[in-house]
Amino acid sequence: MTLTAPPAAATALRRRPGLRRLRLLGGQGPLFTAALLLLAALVLVAALAPLLAPYDPEAMDLTASLVGTGGDHLLGTDQSGRDILSRLLYGARTGLLGPLLVVAVSTVLGTGLGVLAGWRGGWADAVLSRSMDLVFAVPGLLLAIMLVAVAGSGMTAPVVAMAVAYTPYVGRLVRGVARQEKARPYIESYRVQGWSGRTICLRHLLPNIAPTVLAQSAMNFGYALMDLAALSFLGFGVQPPTADWGAMINEGQSAIQQGAMLPALAPSFCIVLAVVAFGIVGEGIADRIAKRER
Amino acid sequence: MTTDRSTLAAGHGRTADAPVLEIDRLTLRLPDDRAARPLLDGVSLTVAPGETVGLVGESGSGKSVACRSVLGLLPARARTSGQVRVAGRDVLTMGRADLAATRAGEVAMVFQDPRASVNPLRRVGDFLTEGLRATGVPAARATARAVELLGAVGIRDPRGALRRRPHEFSGGMLQRVVIAAALAGDPALVVADEPTTALDVTTQAEIIAILTRLQAERGTGLLFVTHDLELAAAICDRVYVMYAGRIVETGPTTGLFDRPRHPYTAGLLSCTPRLDPGAPAPRPIAGRPVSVAEAPPGCAFAARCPYAQPRCTQEVPALTAHGAGLAACHRADEGILP
Amino acid sequence: MNGITRYLLGRLAGLLGVLLVTSFVVFATVHLAPGNPVTFLLHGRPATPETVAALRAEHHLDDPVAVQYAGWLGDALRGDFGRSTQYHQDVATLLGTRLGGTFLLVGYSALLVAVGGVGLGVLAALRPGLVDRLVLIGTGIATATPSFVSAIALVSLFSVNLGWFPGPGGTPEGLADRLHHLTLPAVALATTFAGLLARVTRSAMLDELGREHVDVARARGVAGRTVVRRHVLRNGLGPVVTVGGTMLAGLLVTTSIVETAFDVPGLGSLLVQSVTAKDFAVVQAVTLLSVAVFVLVNLAVDLLAPLIDPRLSLLTHGEGTS
Repeated sequence: MTLTAPPAAATALRRRPGLRRLRLLGGQGPLFTAALLLLAALVLVAALAPLLAPYDPEAMDLTASLVGTGGDHLLGTDQSGRDILSRLLYGARTGLLGPLLVVAVSTVLGTGLGVLAGWRGGWADAVLSRSMDLVFAVPGLLLAIMLVAVAGSGMTAPVVAMAVAYTPYVGRLVRGVARQEKARPYIESYRVQGWSGRTICLRHLLPNIAPTVLAQSAMNFGYALMDLAALSFLGFGVQPPTADWGAMINEGQSAIQQGAMLPALAPSFCIVLAVVAFGIVGEGIADRIAKRER
Repeated sequence: MTTDRSTLAAGHGRTADAPVLEIDRLTLRLPDDRAARPLLDGVSLTVAPGETVGLVGESGSGKSVACRSVLGLLPARARTSGQVRVAGRDVLTMGRADLAATRAGEVAMVFQDPRASVNPLRRVGDFLTEGLRATGVPAARATARAVELLGAVGIRDPRGALRRRPHEFSGGMLQRVVIAAALAGDPALVVADEPTTALDVTTQAEIIAILTRLQAERGTGLLFVTHDLELAAAICDRVYVMYAGRIVETGPTTGLFDRPRHPYTAGLLSCTPRLDPGAPAPRPIAGRPVSVAEAPPGCAFAARCPYAQPRCTQEVPALTAHGAGLAACHRADEGILP
Repeated sequence: MNGITRYLLGRLAGLLGVLLVTSFVVFATVHLAPGNPVTFLLHGRPATPETVAALRAEHHLDDPVAVQYAGWLGDALRGDFGRSTQYHQDVATLLGTRLGGTFLLVGYSALLVAVGGVGLGVLAALRPGLVDRLVLIGTGIATATPSFVSAIALVSLFSVNLGWFPGPGGTPEGLADRLHHLTLPAVALATTFAGLLARVTRSAMLDELGREHVDVARARGVAGRTVVRRHVLRNGLGPVVTVGGTMLAGLLVTTSIVETAFDVPGLGSLLVQSVTAKDFAVVQAVTLLSVAVFVLVNLAVDLLAPLIDPRLSLLTHGEGTS
């Protein structure tokens, strides 16, 4: 603590989580640990893709179209003769970057708006809640398609649309938790001590909300990955020849009819695995919070 | 405790003096990871027809587990030994159909909180007739019986009440409905688990009056679970005192409360506030109740007992006859209690 | 006027507001788009100033935005969504030809979601232990599987390898054949949503199973099956209906992926084609339709809520159910 110590009465009323918050990531059983390790590996693969990839992910070789597994190409090649493993490794980059942007923007925006609505109440709450209702009415996928129609394909429109679509989910959650926390005696005690609303929000409310937001953001990461991959699959996301899991599945569809499953199934497997891992991590953190509340 | 073998063999045979409830050395354990000691440890208890029997103790003493076991409602993954005989038949070993028939007929239960006992989404009439309909009573007859019972518990416009929803009733009125529903199958035994604790003070007396009046009219046995000694003293013929899953003392109400043999009973009595002039100020029992995670050797109350001796923490005292009742205390005959 | 009526009227007004604002956003997208609307209308063809002027006049592009919006909304309410530039057809007519396929697909899929999701959720709640764990794992994977992944997995297994169902494309004849063609798409569309609904159902059931009135019913000798039906299922219905209802709008939007993957001629694949072809009138119409479905479904859920839980009729105002 660098500032003046909080009033003793307030700390007695509610022990703040402090450093224990970090332990949210540990001691959840083997499944949680495995999911966390998998995600760490995914980040590592994305970062080191140029070092790990045996081939240039965009180098076509029409003479080596749909080569099987083993041999020179560990996971075979796609119809254009590109190495599937290399494309998967590079695909992890776009696969993680998009959701990262979506989650970062929606978490910051949603938390800010949620705290504002939950703390201020009154007209701020009314205006924000109604605008959030509005965004709920347009599913993220539809919003993205509309934006793509206007702004054209690429990473930008889908990421912006998803960030907007995900914000109300975070906002609604934070608003609820903020209202709940605001009603607790320790907040009242700080107010009585003459602390400003802004200080209480920043120093006490936000740290108490953080684990809940973290859990939601982990799950949102998985959902955003799914949604952005869907837009790539439709041809609205990352444009060819850039390696992207969703786009790879789209390109691999015709190979399925020729009996070559891997070009489409390998990226499918990556998507499901990543989303499952994010879900397990998010639920694990949420469980931990629920247990602590009891 | 002696067991009447002929009653057991006769099955349904309900003779005039045969107890309607005999709990015989009932022990109930949870898996080791959930409780270190048995929730119930050799509990024996009887209720005769028309008799009101109190079961008192602090929260966590096992009194609620004991009374739920009378209806065969056991905690998940519980293991039991001993018997719980209702009208001579052991509910713990009954088949599913027999158990359902017993629950719909011989024995009924009134729970603590009427708000939680009644499905909030269904009509009161549904709740009242549900038990009867389960035994195959035709709808029209079940409804007629429900109207009659609502009248008996003092609900005005019983016919209209059938069509109303639980949230339209006050807590006290809803508990009357619950009592009416409990009497629907004309049970020989009613188990009431703190039936007034969740209610307003003003309605508590009304509910007790209704319960005892109907019980006397119908000759029903009543097992009344409470933590309120004054209440137990007022309505019960006999009382059992429970501590940490064991019966520590039992006897006729007057003798038990005038001259307790067990220090725990004495402690409970002295921490009950009294209004009569000159009465001593209430003294709380030191320490806290034994949690299910602890399994102290010897007498479970020893750690809180002002009269404890080394022997008390080593040997479990047996429930033995002292005067008109039974007490489980090594020093029950020493006259240590004031 | 009692509380529930006022509450429902408030919700109705709110939802109509949502529809109005969304329609303006949908309308405005074309105006906000980089470049001139005329450029889109011309599709890159060279044009004389006279053609441009004629186009501007025909589409009322010189009027103030508010007037243009009012005119557009009025037309839309009368079922006139303008003309499709890629099909050279009235958008309303075009939507009419595509509506049937999507309706069948969404209906088929919604049935699978309702039966599969609720069934699995109930099963998991009533059979703790192995069955519950298996359902949890299965639904965990299902909710993490996007519809296009289910689509290619289903096609490679049931169409290419086993040959039980037709692959993408094809022109089915008659209802039975259409349903046969739509089975894989419906399953692909249903997977994610069914997994989610199963989890919602399971936790709603577990909540209700722990209630004391369930014990009370058992203690009164009511048979286990009856207790589950009358007390557990009935009381757990609220969240299931709410979540299930909002899923309907989600299903409709996700058809754009599934119809594209399976080459089903419907509204979803039409939307995707129209985006690629910059056929704005169609994009606007489909978007508006989807928001309208969302609004209608939410209204239906709001109307059902007090029927499911009569206690709600006592509320004078609420948090809403969406």
